[in-house]
Amino acid sequence: MNKSILIRSLLIAITILFLTLFLILPLFTVFYEAFKRGTDVYFAAITDPETFSAIRLTLVTTAIVLPLNLAFGLCAAWAITRYRFRGKNIFITLIDLPFAVSPVISGLIFILLLGAGGLMEPLFQKWDIQIIYALPGIVLATLFVTFPYIPRELIPALQQSGEDEELAAQTLGARSWQIFFRITIPKIKWALLYALILCNARAIGEFGAVSVVSGHIRGETNTMPLHIEILYNEYQFSAAFAVSSLLTILAMITLLVKSLIEKINLGERIHGN
Amino acid sequence: MGIEIKQLSKTFNTQRALYPLDLTIPDGELTVLLGPSGSGKTTLLRAIGGLELPEGGTIVINGVDVTYLTPGEREIGFVFQNYALFQHMTVFENIAFGLKIKKRQYRPGKKEMKNRVLSLIKRVQLEGLEDRFPSQLSGGQCQRVALARALAIEPKVLLLDEPFAALDTKVRHELRRWIRKLHQELNLTTILVTHDQEEAMEIADKIIIMNEGKVQQIGTPLEVYQEPTNPFVFRFLGRTNIIHRLEKKAFVRSHDIELHKEKSDTACLEAVIHQARTIGSMIRAELIRADVPEFIEAEFSYDYFHSLNLRPNDKVFVSFKKVKYF
Ligand SMILES: Nc1ncnc2c1ncn2[C@@H]1O[C@H](COP(=O)(O)OP(=O)(O)OP(=O)(O)O)[C@@H](O)[C@H]1O
Ligand SMILES: [Mg+2]
Repeated sequence: MNKSILIRSLLIAITILFLTLFLILPLFTVFYEAFKRGTDVYFAAITDPETFSAIRLTLVTTAIVLPLNLAFGLCAAWAITRYRFRGKNIFITLIDLPFAVSPVISGLIFILLLGAGGLMEPLFQKWDIQIIYALPGIVLATLFVTFPYIPRELIPALQQSGEDEELAAQTLGARSWQIFFRITIPKIKWALLYALILCNARAIGEFGAVSVVSGHIRGETNTMPLHIEILYNEYQFSAAFAVSSLLTILAMITLLVKSLIEKINLGERIHGN
Repeated sequence: MGIEIKQLSKTFNTQRALYPLDLTIPDGELTVLLGPSGSGKTTLLRAIGGLELPEGGTIVINGVDVTYLTPGEREIGFVFQNYALFQHMTVFENIAFGLKIKKRQYRPGKKEMKNRVLSLIKRVQLEGLEDRFPSQLSGGQCQRVALARALAIEPKVLLLDEPFAALDTKVRHELRRWIRKLHQELNLTTILVTHDQEEAMEIADKIIIMNEGKVQQIGTPLEVYQEPTNPFVFRFLGRTNIIHRLEKKAFVRSHDIELHKEKSDTACLEAVIHQARTIGSMIRAELIRADVPEFIEAEFSYDYFHSLNLRPNDKVFVSFKKVKYF
């Protein structure tokens, strides 16, 4: 046998083995374990009131976090690519901070800042607003860990597209919002959509930071990932995997949409549109 | 009327792009800003268009002080060097953009808008390409879309930044003539930037020559060529010899040189033919002075040069048809 063919076969075999062991097998396990004790148990688990509340909290959190991140992300990306200002490089580095620190630490930062005895506690106490161990804390923690996705995608997209078209629109009398919606957004729409999908996936799945600020109050401050952990720790394996399977399905839909977008995007570029 | 510029200046960080300059650009004329790379032409054009905030000075267009107005409020049409077409819009949509975004009370109706865009498409000779995207057009076609897009809002002033720079010679010549014609038909005040002196000569009513952020000379193509007011302008507008004689510098154009076999009062400079090349219908020759080691570059018509019947290394006497001292 030819040596190069041997190497090729070996590399392919390793890749397939690795993918099977680390990706496909776990995926299969999730669904296998979820349905092991029958569909009745499965549906009982996912229609349980506590599960239901976890799903709702996750969806509500995501629904708040996504638009906020979209707004912040657009602002940050725009400011960085279109304006010159002092400290811009530090700012660019800081955007990556949530990626660099452990999510647990992200959560702790909010506890220390907003929790009992925290720096800003007196302020919220005065107005009687509960932040930590409640929805606002969960939203803040999720916001923090998912913030980088949108600017990270948009900065290169905006840089690459340049600002000539925006200037041209300006000379034609377009006002800022018209330029933004008619020129800028269409140019970066795929990058934006892609960033939103990644951000969404991470927001739904975030465990560490949320775990620290949530307080694990059943039926109240448990998101889906937290709820899964609790079920698992209580030896309710089938229920834990049933809820897991929901998250897995969400993840798979996300991947599907993402690859679909990539395909359309590529097609458009080839057809010069 | 026209454009009145007073004490306009611009500095980028520490780099002076424009020294304070005064300029009057007459109504309805085609003015060319001519200068070498980095001389501040684009900066001046962008300042007039409102794309660059000047450091000081005022700009008045047709009696209105526009110094602090946005580009959109200045009633100008701006054509960018790289076209800057909207890549995600068709030719039709590109041209219609300026009309579509108008406030409702000024916006033409659907039917009128369509008619206006189609008549512009006809004017720039792009019939049949309405539904193409910019990436499906040639450079010359893109340039005409950019022009039609700028004209759609019926500007009072048309600003063109090196509109032909990215095109090949043939298309460039066609478009030049075509823009000249368009300018005459529309009777717009037009400012065109270029670093190509031949282009400037061919197209301009008036040329403004710039160098290092300063205006060097203003005049008709004939004036600046015949009566350059400083060495820079002289050298920039054509092939130039600087001949050192009696402590003075004589500026002589290559085509103002004549050769003689005999010495005379006017032809007293002795030289040797170094080489001669045929370039189309003319001969470009290099002469070396006999007294000092200095090259002289000369251009002759083919017939003239051959009537002299000269060979390389032949001795000749040089006379000048026209000399300029500064
Ligand atoms: N955005 C900018 N930032 C810093 N310096 C700039 C900027 N734009 C222009 N300059 C500088 O200002 C000077 C004039 O530039 P400008 O673009 O007006 O020249 P130009 O005559 O248009 O040259 P070219 O023929 O190469 O286009 C140059 O020295 C240039 O380096
Ligand atoms: Mg320029």
